[in-house]
Amino acid sequence: MSITSLMLGWEFPPLISGGLGTACHGLTKAMSRRGMRVTFVLPRHKPMHFAEMGDDVGVASVKGMRNVRVRPVESSLRAYGRFGPKPIHPVSAAIEAELSDEPAGGPTPYGPSLEQEVFRYAQRVMRIAERERFDVIHAHDWMTFPAGIAVAACSRKPLIVQVHSTEFDRTGEHVNQFVYDIERQGMHAATRVITVSNYTRNIVITRYAVPPEKVEVVYNGVDPSAWSRTTPRPPWPASGDRNVLFVGRITMQKGPEYFLYAAKKVLEKLPNVRFIMAGDGDRLHGIIELAAWLGIGHRVRFTRFLPSQEVQRAYRMADLYVMPSVSEPFGIAPLEALLNDVPILISKQSGLAETFRHALKVDFWDTLEMANKIVAVLRHKVLAQSLLANGQAEARRFRWEDSAAKVNDIYQRVLNVA
Amino acid sequence: MASVCFYFQVHQPYRLRHYTIFDETADYFDGFKNAQICRKVADKCYLPTNRLLLDLINEYEGRFKVAFSITGVVLEQLGEYAPDALASFQDLAKTGCVEFLAETYHHTLSFLFSPGEFASQVRAHKRLIHDTFGQTPRVFRNTELIYNNSLAQAVERLGGFDAILSEGADHILGYRSPNYVYRPPNTRHVKLLLKNYRLSDDIAFRFSNRDWSEWPLRADKFAHWINAVNGNGYVVNLFVDYETFGEHQWEETGIFEFLRHLPGEILKHPDTDFKTPSEAAAAYEAVDTIDVPCFISWADVERDLSAWLGNPMQHNAITELYNLEGLVKSSNDPDLLTDWRRLQTSDHFYYMCTKWFADGDVHKYFNPYDSPYDSYINFMNVLDHLRCRCTASTADSGKELAAAAAP
Repeated sequence: MSITSLMLGWEFPPLISGGLGTACHGLTKAMSRRGMRVTFVLPRHKPMHFAEMGDDVGVASVKGMRNVRVRPVESSLRAYGRFGPKPIHPVSAAIEAELSDEPAGGPTPYGPSLEQEVFRYAQRVMRIAERERFDVIHAHDWMTFPAGIAVAACSRKPLIVQVHSTEFDRTGEHVNQFVYDIERQGMHAATRVITVSNYTRNIVITRYAVPPEKVEVVYNGVDPSAWSRTTPRPPWPASGDRNVLFVGRITMQKGPEYFLYAAKKVLEKLPNVRFIMAGDGDRLHGIIELAAWLGIGHRVRFTRFLPSQEVQRAYRMADLYVMPSVSEPFGIAPLEALLNDVPILISKQSGLAETFRHALKVDFWDTLEMANKIVAVLRHKVLAQSLLANGQAEARRFRWEDSAAKVNDIYQRVLNVA
Repeated sequence: MASVCFYFQVHQPYRLRHYTIFDETADYFDGFKNAQICRKVADKCYLPTNRLLLDLINEYEGRFKVAFSITGVVLEQLGEYAPDALASFQDLAKTGCVEFLAETYHHTLSFLFSPGEFASQVRAHKRLIHDTFGQTPRVFRNTELIYNNSLAQAVERLGGFDAILSEGADHILGYRSPNYVYRPPNTRHVKLLLKNYRLSDDIAFRFSNRDWSEWPLRADKFAHWINAVNGNGYVVNLFVDYETFGEHQWEETGIFEFLRHLPGEILKHPDTDFKTPSEAAAAYEAVDTIDVPCFISWADVERDLSAWLGNPMQHNAITELYNLEGLVKSSNDPDLLTDWRRLQTSDHFYYMCTKWFADGDVHKYFNPYDSPYDSYINFMNVLDHLRCRCTASTADSGKELAAAAAP
């Protein structure tokens, strides 16, 4: 029997703004390849066109994913709430009106209407679910949890929640109680909780009091076919500027200020290094000011949010990719950097660091050591080449097929017990 | 007649401290950690094993003999951090049943990179052994049993050596047994003793392995295997790291009990005895010439140089290090020379090995770094500082010369 999953997920190409979307897409694609059936409930801001999808409003099938049906649900929810980039595509008048109700900025990143929207989304998903046949519900991150709980209660099907990040990752200790409560309810209501690393599993167990036997790790993968290599990387430059790259949302979670503090120290040793920061986020203006205040503004470039083709161009220029995250549940982007021929330096406070060997690793707060390692990669060609060659081989072993197989295994066990 | 030839390797490197590109002082070594490790190994291995060997030598009245190769860098550290352990080695030397071998003072790969430096390190080590233990070594063993034809020839040219120890690797022996004495090609009198790696590794690696079909290994069983050599071999060369006793194989595994009973069990057989490497080389004629054109060693399954020179980082680091030889030596700065030599210790390159990194393995046990990359970065930062000192000191002596020349 092939299991059908009602997947409450996020973002399909071309609109991918971060790891959550990448993970939902990569996992679903691999599940389809294994013959697992997925009904993918996708929030969308009307009208929207998906590269791989037909334009049918009700049900869409996706090119290259035989076993996946997409059920769009109208919603203004975005993968990262207010932390994320602005939608590229215009939203419909009705949703626009809702969006404009949200107060801009303020002390909390989530407006009151976001709270309402999460429940409106749940109601719409309930209506969709009534007309769908499925065996399990698989909900990705907190905004979909109320919908998952509601559908599970009505359909009496098991709920599996997958945690790609927690409120503690996103905000440190400045937790939004509303979000935390929803996360906690979802995790406790679920039959199984999937986390993307042991790092996150520990947070789920210690901060949300979820019984450890319920929480399983499924590592993310990386899709080499998504990064077609058209132009070969230019050879190691004999002289000229060297580029160190940061890609990610400019938020507290991603540690952009540690990147700049390290940059300041690197420039004391190597003056011809450029630091490129690709991303948007609520800390962007503060970080631009910090660069100026440190006196290194002329050595730091802010590109704002880059779509994937542009990110690929940034990789082509980069000598090193740095992920200085304060708390990173997994870290798909460093694997993508490796596939684009860039060696990586990652923070130890990440899921990837617990399992990946051929990377340089530092504590995010240890900016002296971060600078020490950046300088080493830029000065020693042999080091950069070894990190890259070994790292690429290792990155290719993170396959979505393996993630999908583990998810399938979890589904089987949940259904046999139920 | 069959002889058992025990040789124990004793070595501890000067481990580097965490050294960043922002460090500007010339204190490269982690005194605290080195002292701590020396003290720990002295207490768990050197002191109890030396005491046991001394008892056994007294008990068997000269019929039980062993050999040690002790590096200069570990002797220096024992003198500083564990003088009681150093004294216990000296007590063993006084029995007359213990032979001390020669090697490179700093446990280096210098033979591969600088023949002149190699010769001075061997001479320095010989002097140190003479001054510490009152005997002049007649047998040579190169770092990690690294060996080839040209090493044998170079050692013979240095003079004063009767034999060289190396690994009885299958690919150099072919059908031949390691239990005979051999000679290298194109040498006059120097002989070759090759490690019996099966029996040596039974003690060093497999002793406590419960998945091994021969576990638990007891002295009588092992003596039985040794005695089986009678009639088809002269000498069983058991070459092991001394830290096997009490450190790699913990006391709880029964390794000390094994060692305590081994001489008695072996000597029960009337045709078996113990010989030191010098005695074995003197007692037995070489039966054949062993041709070793490529380097061999006792490391890993490959028995080659790949543990130290298996990846580009290792090659880069060691080449850069030996490139400084001229600068270091022309500086006439003894501290600089000492630091440069301590950096040559093979362990620094072993830490950069990526061969087993993916699987996690025995290499990890010996490695103070989280990753081979961290080890390379640390080493290169130190080397960078050393290079700056060279140029600064050359500039200084240039200034002095100029000052002296000035009227």
